[in-house]
Amino acid sequence: MVSATREGQYSSQLSSEELLKFYWHMLLARRVDERAWVLHRQGKIAFHVSGIGHEALQVGMTFAINRGIDYAYPYYRDLAVVLALGVTPTDFIISLYGKEGEISSGGRQMPSHWSHRKMGIVTQSSPVATQVPQAAGTAFGIKYRIQQGLQDPTDTNQPRLAFCTLGEGSTSQGEWHEGMNWAGVHQLPFICVVENNEYAISVPYKKQASRTVAERAEAYGVKGVIVDGNNPLKMYDAMKEAVERAYAGEGATCIEAKCHRLVPHSSDDDDRSYRSAEELKEIKADDPLPQYRAYLMNEGILTDDIDSDYEARIKQIVNEASQAADAADYPNPADHLDYMHTFKPIEEG
Amino acid sequence: MASKNLPMREALRQALLEEMQRDERVFIMGEEVGHWQGTHRVTRGFVEEFGEKRVRDTPITEMAIGGLAVGAAMAGLRPVAEFMTINFAFLALDAIINHAAKVHYFFDGLVKCPVVFRAATGWGDQATASHSHTPEPIFAHFPGLYVGSPSNSTDAYGMLKASIRNDNPVLFTESIGLYSRPGPMPDDTDFLVPIGKGDIKREGSDVTLISYGRGVRWCLQAARQLEQEGVSAEIVDVRWLRPLDTDLIFESFKKTNRAVIVEESHQFYSFGSEVAAQIQEHCFDWMDAPIKRVTQHDVPVPFSKALEQLTYPNADDVVAAVKEIL
Ligand SMILES: Cc1ncc(C[n+]2csc(CCOP(=O)(O)OP(=O)(O)O)c2C)c(N)n1
Ligand SMILES: [Mg+2]
Repeated sequence: MVSATREGQYSSQLSSEELLKFYWHMLLARRVDERAWVLHRQGKIAFHVSGIGHEALQVGMTFAINRGIDYAYPYYRDLAVVLALGVTPTDFIISLYGKEGEISSGGRQMPSHWSHRKMGIVTQSSPVATQVPQAAGTAFGIKYRIQQGLQDPTDTNQPRLAFCTLGEGSTSQGEWHEGMNWAGVHQLPFICVVENNEYAISVPYKKQASRTVAERAEAYGVKGVIVDGNNPLKMYDAMKEAVERAYAGEGATCIEAKCHRLVPHSSDDDDRSYRSAEELKEIKADDPLPQYRAYLMNEGILTDDIDSDYEARIKQIVNEASQAADAADYPNPADHLDYMHTFKPIEEG
Repeated sequence: MASKNLPMREALRQALLEEMQRDERVFIMGEEVGHWQGTHRVTRGFVEEFGEKRVRDTPITEMAIGGLAVGAAMAGLRPVAEFMTINFAFLALDAIINHAAKVHYFFDGLVKCPVVFRAATGWGDQATASHSHTPEPIFAHFPGLYVGSPSNSTDAYGMLKASIRNDNPVLFTESIGLYSRPGPMPDDTDFLVPIGKGDIKREGSDVTLISYGRGVRWCLQAARQLEQEGVSAEIVDVRWLRPLDTDLIFESFKKTNRAVIVEESHQFYSFGSEVAAQIQEHCFDWMDAPIKRVTQHDVPVPFSKALEQLTYPNADDVVAAVKEIL
């Protein structure tokens, strides 16, 4: 449950408007994501990998960084992260279709392998966890620039940290360990958020690792924290603390955010083959969205009127996004060899 | 032979199942091979049949899957290590290339490494660049590793069995474009396709089409089209990239004097490059025309369907290449 006591926490300084903004973003991500499932069922898109159930932690953490300036390496479930960073629902749905105007790559990269140059979002390759050393490398670059006097550490217009996300199953990959080790050795301005939904496709955590993610991170000299990822405010607090540490040059943090994947792994999966009906019922009852809604109502911050206004506006946004994507053209076939290299090989002459 | 038709995934499943029944030392490990029954359902029903000990769901850790398989093979087991796709095997290159391929050599022939690395290969369904490689030639580059990739159910069955029974490390890829295609199943449970033995998939006299895996399908389609235009194409399915059945290639080439080499992957430093070099070294006097290569375009496979399909080779490309050299 979302707790009412935020005494002394960063989140206690959030205004009602900001608390509502968290709700708006959680709701927006949920409704956009639901639309993607519909589009997949309609046969309009090839594939969808969903963030449903992860929205609370994603919104909480994103509002704790210097959005659009700090570097983000979000993984495939992070729809709510990128929406909070400024990607629009239309951008996302166009990417699902692979149509002209796709903001990351002109329809080249797979959807949910986010990138946006201006928003500081870096794309990933499909093999999981490979983003971790790269994000640590970006953090290393920031620290290097500051140490060499190339960047003023107090300049808020410059990126001052890099954060990346991944699933808990992906922490079995060597890349996670190698990235953590670097972050620990060099005390980097780096945050690794592990979205622990207890499953790597069908494989439960007990078959993936014998210690918590946070414990394993600690062993590398990275501060390890376990957070209730169903609570956007707790997540905000944990992330804010990690952000302050990074900005102050105090080193890296790994946040293990506990959550549920309320849907199958992807549109290619049927989770009923490995999760019992009771288990699915149990996790659905622990959906972060209605819980945060109830909390805000209880606090008198959200009302039924505001809620239905949000729903109506979001419905319109999502409809418009779908229509825009339907109407968009496919990329021009004549351009299909574009973007291969940034420069032409030197010609003799 | 051939009392029933089964999709290639079933042929592979049957081969693996029978080999595990036949030899207690054979076991399968990989991501999602157990309760999920494998990314392409090749291990359907295996947990029920053999239990979790012989059907190991691993953490997401390709380097360890590769390394563990090598270690277990040296300890006397016969591991079949599955990568969800060959793209993820890139994370295990050291285990495959620096270890599996070299154990026997560095132990002066005293230690064997009978491991089979299995993986889906190729592109389709908008899986996009880093999920869509067809990199068999990269693996075949290194001595010490056998590399095979079947083009149909019969070969899949006999090649996988031969790989498991063989004492050398084998990299075995399965084209995602072929898993669902039905084909004849051998009746004999000891049906083996000898490692390094290619196959004539169609006899002809005007041109030799050389390929493996999914490329063989485009060759078959192209040959039917060409036949209607009065051109007789012979198809060599090498089946194994290493050892490569050069005898079969040369024999066919000396008959037709022309060749088109077809593959799913990129052209630069490709399967086609090697085969073309072999032909010109050994059959120069029989050569009537330049050798052509039909491959994927020189870009990463894009997501957008409109672009993705442009980068693929297909039967029309094969026909066009043949016409250029007739
Ligand atoms: C190197 C690599 N191996 C396997 C896969 C296939 N795969 C994609 S997602 C996934 C499960 C990831 O689980 P987890 O890290 O817990 O993240 P979640 O999907 O639960 O958010 C797997 C095995 C992959 N993408 N990359
Ligand atoms: Mg998970």
